[in-house]
Amino acid sequence: MDLSLAPNAIAMNAKEFMEWSSGVIDEVLRASGIKKAVDKITVPIWSWALRNSIFPLHFGIACCALEMAAASAARFDAERFGFVYRSSPRQCDVLLVNGWVTTKLRPDLRRLYEQMPEPKWVVAMGECAISGGPWYDSYNVVQGVDTFIPVDIYIPGCPPRPEAMLDGFMMLQDKIRAEAKGLFLED
Amino acid sequence: MQGEMPTVGLSEEAVVEAIKKSFTDGVTVGVVGPRRISARVARSVVYKLCEHLKSALSFEHVSCLSGVDKVDHMEVVYHISSYANECVIEITVDVPSDDPEVDSITPLWGGANWHERETHELFGIRFKNHPKLERLLLPFDYEYFPFRKEFKLRGR
Amino acid sequence: MAEMWINMGPQHPMTHGLWNLRVKVDGETILDAEPVIGYLHRGWEKMTENRVYPQIIPMSDRLCYGSSMTWSHLYCMTIENLMGVEVPERAEYIRVIVLELQRIASHLMWLAAFGTDLGLLTVFVYCMRERELFLDLLQSVTGARMTYNYPRIGGVRNDLPPDFGRDCLRTLDHFEKKLDEYEEIFDGSAIFLMRTQDIGILKAADGMNLGVTGATLRGSGVKIDLRKHDPYSVYHELDWDLCTHPDCDCYARYRVRMDEMRMSCQIVRDALKKIPAGPIRVKVPRNAPKRTAFARVEDPRGEGLMYVIGDGTDKPYRLKVRSPIFVTVSAVPIMLIGYKIADVPAIMGSVDMCLGETDR
Repeated sequence: MDLSLAPNAIAMNAKEFMEWSSGVIDEVLRASGIKKAVDKITVPIWSWALRNSIFPLHFGIACCALEMAAASAARFDAERFGFVYRSSPRQCDVLLVNGWVTTKLRPDLRRLYEQMPEPKWVVAMGECAISGGPWYDSYNVVQGVDTFIPVDIYIPGCPPRPEAMLDGFMMLQDKIRAEAKGLFLED
Repeated sequence: MQGEMPTVGLSEEAVVEAIKKSFTDGVTVGVVGPRRISARVARSVVYKLCEHLKSALSFEHVSCLSGVDKVDHMEVVYHISSYANECVIEITVDVPSDDPEVDSITPLWGGANWHERETHELFGIRFKNHPKLERLLLPFDYEYFPFRKEFKLRGR
Repeated sequence: MAEMWINMGPQHPMTHGLWNLRVKVDGETILDAEPVIGYLHRGWEKMTENRVYPQIIPMSDRLCYGSSMTWSHLYCMTIENLMGVEVPERAEYIRVIVLELQRIASHLMWLAAFGTDLGLLTVFVYCMRERELFLDLLQSVTGARMTYNYPRIGGVRNDLPPDFGRDCLRTLDHFEKKLDEYEEIFDGSAIFLMRTQDIGILKAADGMNLGVTGATLRGSGVKIDLRKHDPYSVYHELDWDLCTHPDCDCYARYRVRMDEMRMSCQIVRDALKKIPAGPIRVKVPRNAPKRTAFARVEDPRGEGLMYVIGDGTDKPYRLKVRSPIFVTVSAVPIMLIGYKIADVPAIMGSVDMCLGETDR
């Protein structure tokens, strides 16, 4: 967005004005180096906080949900990684899809995904969520959750052992570190 | 009934004899093993036979109700069990494909309710006098009867 | 007062499994209820028509993943009835041992979820810890923690490992002491007793008519257990009793399941004493005869039944699964009407739902 549009600012409506002004501010911050300086301080702190307090959604679909429950139990203890399962999608970071997705569930799952606020990640756990799994010829199973939701981490297994699930989440933590989101939550 | 052991009743042969005495045609019945009776019944007689089983021969529990698509006709298979007599009767009813309709046994045993709904949804067999014959498992706007043999899955 | 329908589910902390319970409420009192299922329907029975008989065994594990050994055992029993195959005695004893260990693990999972629903959160951690011990035992026999793929048509896949008897008895001794501790936690908690006694009454006559089976029916005083009334495998040779309780409420069903866990320990000890040596598997033909066959078992959740039609080839013509929870869920409205919304987790928890077998 360019400053040359400034005289026309009076004629813009609310939405256009918001877009134009945030574009201008973004360019100014980048060009003057303020964004880089702020990011240098905040990226380590923000990304440490994001990756050590992953709040998954309390959502179990099928067999892999029992392994998810076992992972949060005493022997495998997911809480030492900072996981706290939340029941409301508005308070979650991660949508953990663990089980086969049917055509009846697909619109509801998409709605849950859209109700989660940014930043959010999706983890596909188990063969059924990755690609339909053993139900390759079913008329009611969606062949993979990545056909309608963008997935960040795939955890293979049928069902994956709880250690495999925790390993997948450690990979998610590495991914969050590599994404390097700072105060501005974008690159 | 509460807190009591149900009284041990008739043996399988006695049950078969009682059925044969009350229903002379439309019913072919016989013992096929310990605690197992098998019957082939015409669809006009099914409801009366089930009424008799429930009231006179103490068959209290419907275990299962399924449909079968044998391409030129369909079948409905009932498994009704008796706790008092300790046996299970398997009733097979032939149903023509162009008029797939049978009397519902839900008025007798509530346990058949969802089984009949599911059979209707997957095969298209209608059950007369069923309280609520609607879609149960599949999405409400699904148009096909998936378990019929003409519905092919991918991979076949 | 305003009456309205409320959706509890499909994403709800109370629903163990993916289903929707629509309740019609007037303030807090429930006037009507309607369960909506089908979120996990795969068309399992239709997919089996595309598979060879041995390929269906891992599929049957995933019917009810809470007690997967029962379903693969039921499937193998049905096909053995179809083909007229006699299973060797050592295999039958191994099957019974593994089934009862699975029953304990399934009931522990139920107890963990039941306690969590009613607010006793420590119980979740305790029960999952004990369940891990049983999953270790099952892992040493079968190689997997959850969907085992262990029974085969004609026997079992492999023999018990050498130290299994010693490990099993050690685990059972430890577990029975812990079970006493958990009973104290539950029975000593006034909140638990208030939330489960006189809640969710299901009279015996209603239960039998509506097709309810298993611990839910035995909690209403009916002395029916398929392991005694329609014995299969070697249950008639082992020394054990039925568990039942005369009150028809949630507390009775909880009591029945706790007693069943103790009874399973007794069955496993007895089977380990009586197990003979011998082969564990027989060879079966590839094609099935043109007949029909069915088999029933006592699943931890009720009566399971499978009905198969063979047509001379190596794939089934029709395989029908009767799931206990499918019928019990249809009977749930009777248990809910008249109570408050806060009673719903207690009542549904006492029914012990597992949605994989309901929707198939």
